[in-house]
Amino acid sequence: MTLLGERSLLLDVGIRAVFHTVLLFGVFLLFAGHNAPGGGFIGGLVTSAAFVLRFVADPEGRSGRPLPFHPTTLLGGGIALAVLTGTASWLFGGELLESGKVTLHPPLLGAVKVTSALPFDIGVYLVVIGLVGTFLTTLGTEQEGTT
Amino acid sequence: MLLLCALAPAATVAWAAARAGGVLNGHPVTEVRPWVGDLGVELSFRLDGFALLMLALVSGVGVAVFVYAWRYFAPRPDLGRFAGLLTAFAGAMLGIVLTDNLLVLYVCWELTSVTSYLLIGFEDTKPASRAAALQALLVTGAGGLAMLGGFVLLGQAAGTYTFSEILASPPSGGTVGIAAALVLAGAFTKSAQVPFQSWLPGAMAAPTPVSAYLHSATMVKAGVYLIARFAPALAPVVVWWRPVVVGVGVVTMLVGGLAALRQHDVKLLLAHGTVSQLGFLVALFGAGWEEATFAAAALMLAHGLFKATLFMTVGIVDHAAHTRDLRQLSGLHVTLRPVAVVAVIATASMAGLPPFLGFVAKEAGLEALLHEGSRGLLVLGGIVVGSALTVAYGARYVWGTFATKPGPAGAPMPSTPVDQPGPAFLAPVVALTVGTVVLGALPVLADPLVGAAATSLDPRVEGVHLQLWHGVSVALGLSALAIVVGTALFLRREVVARLQARLPATPSGTEVYHSILTGTLHLADRVTAVVQSGSLPRYLQVTLVTLLALPGVALLRGPGIPTDLPFAENPLQLAVGVLVVGAAVAAARARRRFAAVLCLGGVGYGVAVLFVVQGAPDLALTQLLVETLAVVVFVLVLRHLPERFSEGSRGLSRVSRVVISAGVGVFVASFAVIAGEARRGSPVSGELLERALPDGGGRNVVNVILVDFRALDTLGEITVLAVAALGIASLVLSGRSSGKAGTAARDPDLPAPEAVGTDDRPVTVSGATGGDPVG
Repeated sequence: MTLLGERSLLLDVGIRAVFHTVLLFGVFLLFAGHNAPGGGFIGGLVTSAAFVLRFVADPEGRSGRPLPFHPTTLLGGGIALAVLTGTASWLFGGELLESGKVTLHPPLLGAVKVTSALPFDIGVYLVVIGLVGTFLTTLGTEQEGTT
Repeated sequence: MLLLCALAPAATVAWAAARAGGVLNGHPVTEVRPWVGDLGVELSFRLDGFALLMLALVSGVGVAVFVYAWRYFAPRPDLGRFAGLLTAFAGAMLGIVLTDNLLVLYVCWELTSVTSYLLIGFEDTKPASRAAALQALLVTGAGGLAMLGGFVLLGQAAGTYTFSEILASPPSGGTVGIAAALVLAGAFTKSAQVPFQSWLPGAMAAPTPVSAYLHSATMVKAGVYLIARFAPALAPVVVWWRPVVVGVGVVTMLVGGLAALRQHDVKLLLAHGTVSQLGFLVALFGAGWEEATFAAAALMLAHGLFKATLFMTVGIVDHAAHTRDLRQLSGLHVTLRPVAVVAVIATASMAGLPPFLGFVAKEAGLEALLHEGSRGLLVLGGIVVGSALTVAYGARYVWGTFATKPGPAGAPMPSTPVDQPGPAFLAPVVALTVGTVVLGALPVLADPLVGAAATSLDPRVEGVHLQLWHGVSVALGLSALAIVVGTALFLRREVVARLQARLPATPSGTEVYHSILTGTLHLADRVTAVVQSGSLPRYLQVTLVTLLALPGVALLRGPGIPTDLPFAENPLQLAVGVLVVGAAVAAARARRRFAAVLCLGGVGYGVAVLFVVQGAPDLALTQLLVETLAVVVFVLVLRHLPERFSEGSRGLSRVSRVVISAGVGVFVASFAVIAGEARRGSPVSGELLERALPDGGGRNVVNVILVDFRALDTLGEITVLAVAALGIASLVLSGRSSGKAGTAARDPDLPAPEAVGTDDRPVTVSGATGGDPVG
């Protein structure tokens, strides 16, 4: 049984085809966000959408779990990351949540500007996924007639 | 451990003794340390004559109690807690009597309430102890709050919170009367005056060292202390002060004495006797007459000595004979002779028999009232009757505890078997009794201290001295009368008991306390049942009507809708607008839940398109994604709801819903238009656009605002998201009954459902999933 009735092969295959693409698109939006449309919130929503799609097709999941992660871990981890990023600048003598910039030169990619806003945004990203994941694991896994 | 802690009060005594000379000559020792500078609260301390008297009582009796407690308790693991609490209490008590700042006094006052709560409830495995401790805390805590209000009124009226300055030049006016009433509420509750007296006998659930310390010599004296300080200053200013305070004191003295005559537990007998004696003190101090103040200061000292002794003897008897019921005790005057001697001396002092300190003090009190002429007569009458009762219950205590009683068949009751107390157990009792005897026989020794105390309260006290022998006077005659009547009351105790039994039963203070307590809880239940009905439509209606009533009315009084609004900026806007309105109307009219959800989603997508048209891709993308996920979440929830909305209400209820919905719609729309036009300051967007790249290092202004300029807001928002997620999870899981299939899929990281919703409280989610959330 799926969420919407009998399992459908078409849906299964279709979702398997787009799942990784959507997942990757979410991550792209997260990293692109500082200069182009996107960011942690939007990226998180897109990534969540990937998991929602997979969940709609196959609520039990192949591993017997609806999601490959614990939503609460993401919630806590995301907030912890955001807070740590914010306090780091404070500890190094700046204002709370002040952002710093570093330009890195990794091979192949050329000059990459990294701001401390990025880990903060990743924190936001994780919290959003955790939120949607919580909906899925609680509202989604409820059996018929148990309320 | 307890002996180690006894060093603390001992050190205080030594410190005070070193400075006593100057203080007795009228030169107070003062210390000031800044505390809360912005509020003008200073840790200011002032050791004057009265403070010295109180300090001698608190610390002197304190040393005795610590030594006594050392022998009283069998070794047990929580003695450290006891010693710490008792020391903390003694410190707080010293703070009350030494501080010269009203707010610091209040803090110390509440500290004694809290520590006494913990000390009364020291046997924390017994429900009775905990209930008694709670009663003491609630009664004295409520009084303390009232007192704080009084202090603030007084401090504002006087322009200072320094105690000595307020007393030196008391403010006058209407607020001072209210302030006095509030302060008295605190003092009366703390000192167990009628009608608040019932907590003190209840507090006898405490271990005896606690009773001997808190409920004889120290904490209950805090209220008396306050009245003593305020009476000379406020009695002339506040017209009702004298009749009320003196009246309450006399009534308390009589009520306590009568209640003491009825007790079979000797500790309870002493507790009611303490209530009575506190009434005596309040009556003497409260009048604010200088001679009476002097006598009261002497009685304060005498009472501290004899009442602590009496409580300690009860503890010794309890330990030796394993009972405190005077119907079971017999023959102890032989088997526990030293204890009996000490108890008889202390009782004699309490009953006002010569040549003990209690007699000296009471004689001084009677003399003082006689000198006041007609206004003192009524008080005098009450106090003589109270003294007679004191003699009677004192005799009852001595007889009940130590006498050999007649058995059922006329033969004397066999002696109660006893374990002999050790010398260290007796030492503190003997030491306090020596004080009673020596100061009584040679009152000239106590005279400087009592004189300095009275003078510091009221400078008019002069030329009054403690005397053992006043000559054959009216006061002596009244004392003799009280003794004779009291003895008669004791000898005819069966008659007295029958008379008391015939009195109409008045509700005891404890019953009133319990009915107030349960009444409050019932009221809270009722209010919760009304406010938290568990019906989502009801909650929603209340919220929306509030929205219309407050900001809605404000909007009507505002600038009004601007007239120069363009109809549409391009045709696409118009088309999408029509679609959005159509979808909204369809959602409202839908009969099937699923259809309504899809229509709502359509509204959201339409708005997203409008964002794109306006050139806000970030916003549009977010809106699109949120709408999608919202529809998914709706679908997850809808699986558990009936397919169609219930037919819903008809008639008036339906009309009111339509009216509220339409009103809110109009309000939100016009609010959006008016708010957009209402801006007066220059927008911040220009500055943010300029600073985004150089300061934030990003070209996407929206994102830079989120993660840099307004990062703290974002941090708060994601915290809210996380809390909301956990809350939803907990609510949903608590809706599931355990043991059913649902628990198998439960996420082990989420809080257990039991921790969230209790069975007897309406849980909102049951309204959401089982009831009718929308229609």
